[in-house]
Amino acid sequence: MSEMKIVSGNFAAAYGAKLSRVEVVAAYPITPQTEVVEKIAQLVSEGEMDAEYVMVESEHSAMAACIAASNTGARAYTASSAHGLALMHELLIWASGARLPVVMTNINRAMGPPWSVWADHHDTLAQKGTGQMQFFCENNQEVLDSVIMAYKIGEDAEIMLPSMVVEDAFILSHTKEPVEIYDQELVDEFLPSYDPEYKLDVERPFGFGSLGMPDWYMDFRYKIAEAFEKAPDKIEKVNKEFSEIFGNDNGGLIEEYKTDGVDVLIVTMGSISSTSKDVIDELRAEGHNIGLARLRTFRPFPVEKFRKITKGVNVVGVMDRSYTFGHGGDAAREIKDALYGHRDLILKDYIVGLGGRDMTPKILKNIMLDAISLQDKGLDNEIEWVDLRINQERWRR
Amino acid sequence: MAKVPEIELMFQGTTACPGCGAGNAMRYLLKALGKNTIINIPACCWAVIPGVYPSRNLDIPLLYNAFEATGAASSGVRAALNAKGVDPREITVVGFAGDGGTADIGIQALSGCVERGTDTIQVMYDNEAYMNTGIQRSGETPYGAWTTTTPVGSKQAWKKAPKKNMMEIMNAHGIPYAVTMSIAYPELMIEKIQKAKDILGPKFVHIYAPCPTGWRSNPSDTVELARLAVDTCVFPLYEIENGVYNVYKKPKKKVPVKDYLKIQGRFRHLPEEEVERIQKNVDLEWEKLLKKVKFTKE
Ligand SMILES: Cc1ncc(C[n+]2csc(CCOP(=O)(O)OP(=O)(O)O)c2C)c(N)n1
Ligand code: SF4
Ligand SMILES: [Mg+2]
Repeated sequence: MSEMKIVSGNFAAAYGAKLSRVEVVAAYPITPQTEVVEKIAQLVSEGEMDAEYVMVESEHSAMAACIAASNTGARAYTASSAHGLALMHELLIWASGARLPVVMTNINRAMGPPWSVWADHHDTLAQKGTGQMQFFCENNQEVLDSVIMAYKIGEDAEIMLPSMVVEDAFILSHTKEPVEIYDQELVDEFLPSYDPEYKLDVERPFGFGSLGMPDWYMDFRYKIAEAFEKAPDKIEKVNKEFSEIFGNDNGGLIEEYKTDGVDVLIVTMGSISSTSKDVIDELRAEGHNIGLARLRTFRPFPVEKFRKITKGVNVVGVMDRSYTFGHGGDAAREIKDALYGHRDLILKDYIVGLGGRDMTPKILKNIMLDAISLQDKGLDNEIEWVDLRINQERWRR
Repeated sequence: MAKVPEIELMFQGTTACPGCGAGNAMRYLLKALGKNTIINIPACCWAVIPGVYPSRNLDIPLLYNAFEATGAASSGVRAALNAKGVDPREITVVGFAGDGGTADIGIQALSGCVERGTDTIQVMYDNEAYMNTGIQRSGETPYGAWTTTTPVGSKQAWKKAPKKNMMEIMNAHGIPYAVTMSIAYPELMIEKIQKAKDILGPKFVHIYAPCPTGWRSNPSDTVELARLAVDTCVFPLYEIENGVYNVYKKPKKKVPVKDYLKIQGRFRHLPEEEVERIQKNVDLEWEKLLKKVKFTKE
């Protein structure tokens, strides 16, 4: 029987791992992910979760152990955040190169200095080129759901890729919400045990990861690219299947919120989306033709889907909770990329909420009104940093 | 004394240099452990020696991993086997790393692996420098040696820091078993590796592996050098079992260190007084070791 529990995003991640019947967990504590590590340790020690828990001495070792375990044929899981994730960088690339469907939960947290433990997406998006699939969650239920789905997608023989399921620091990680903990049998049916074709096996010895000369290397990379090309369809398919069985539709690549025939489309990622949806309702009630697209899957980037949902749209306003120096907000840049040559519209990039700066309904409404105003006045700034100390008056009024 | 098993799990066609001591190290290791062995190897000469894709000359499952990750990878493989209900006595998990991958960049993961008590054999094949990248000094490069990063110039010459003592570092972890071994004594290697295999928990194996390319020595001198290292007490053969020291192969007659140094180009530049200094230090370390044996056995 499924059961409703009031749990934090961190516990939701731990329950997601438990329901996925992960066999090996290797993780290292960091704020605000620590509770994931503690919860799993508790579940394992109480015999509620049948997994080997490797108490590693660093995040680098956490991912190295997960990679090795996955290569041995076990379902492996880890969790991290910010500096821990950055320390893993080498091995995030290794996991995708080795085609291992390791799943990790990352709690999106700003990078220091200055030290910050609060939410933004810089840590996760700095890893966007590592060959990890990336799923941004809006609420705690989605965290649990996405861990299970990530295994299903990643372990597909045509995909074989690692995933990051990410949630915003504190806003999700430490906030309790009702979460449905599904019936284990139902999850088992949806997600059968992991049984890879190739693994470390003394009866059938293979070598994994040996030196690839230039006459091979590029072709291996192409295989990964191919898997990423197939991934969007697989993600939509698995999302559909999941929602049919468990009753929760998390949106697959992009969750569309009242986007039909809109003039202005707002794009958000992560926890900011819920508040933004309320503001959308308010603005629609005031007569504005505005809708919201929640970018849920950042890798593979849903290029086709963006082209589709921007048909007939005049203005796209993107809220980026990260900024790549010398370039711009990550989502806005990639959406522009996707739309180039396909759509003639105004796109404005709003840099918001870095290092946990609060995004109130008022600020969100001002952003959306600004986007609406561009229809008449045209694009003023390509990128605008919202609610800085020097412009707070404008955004908070 | 143990016989060298007939089984051959390392085939011809390696990419190792002629006279590579690390080649012998792997061959004897696999003879001792047999086919129920999973090996993980980080970046090092041995990441290349098994051959480039798609060829492979080791007939055991082989996992390559990142340079600094060997200890963690061993824990990961072992954890997966545990999850599948495979007993450590059924399959031996080995981390096989160079001195750099063990004592320098990999020391954190190794320390974690040993502290966690992972059932594994962690091998350091010691050629006393970063050879794969072209002979740069490591924490295991001995005092006095030339490397490309301790060149012999007018302002600064040869490595001044002592060799890092990994056996002591491992012993400080409370490791159940740590042992040094030499490719000059294959039967003893087999015996000690098999002993390590039968002990539960983490085991550390330090294999002395001369490298003609990096040591500027004659490839045909590799075994001789390994023997001389033991006979001069530069590299004593001993084991530490639950804190108790035992020298398992004492030189019949202690040979002067200069006999060992003079057939290696990497020490060619050393003046007489430096050779003496090295001799003194070797004598001191040897005495210390014998005292440790005495102290811990009593
Ligand atoms: C993180 C990282 N830093 C540096 C390197 C480059 N690198 C590869 S092998 C190696 C030296 C290996 O030395 P050792 O462990 O002693 O093995 P050997 O090559 O001597 O057999 C270095 C520096 C690397 N692969 N990864
Ligand atoms: S450089 Fe030395 S250790 Fe490396 S393959 Fe050659 S001889 Fe062996
Ligand atoms: Mg070396």
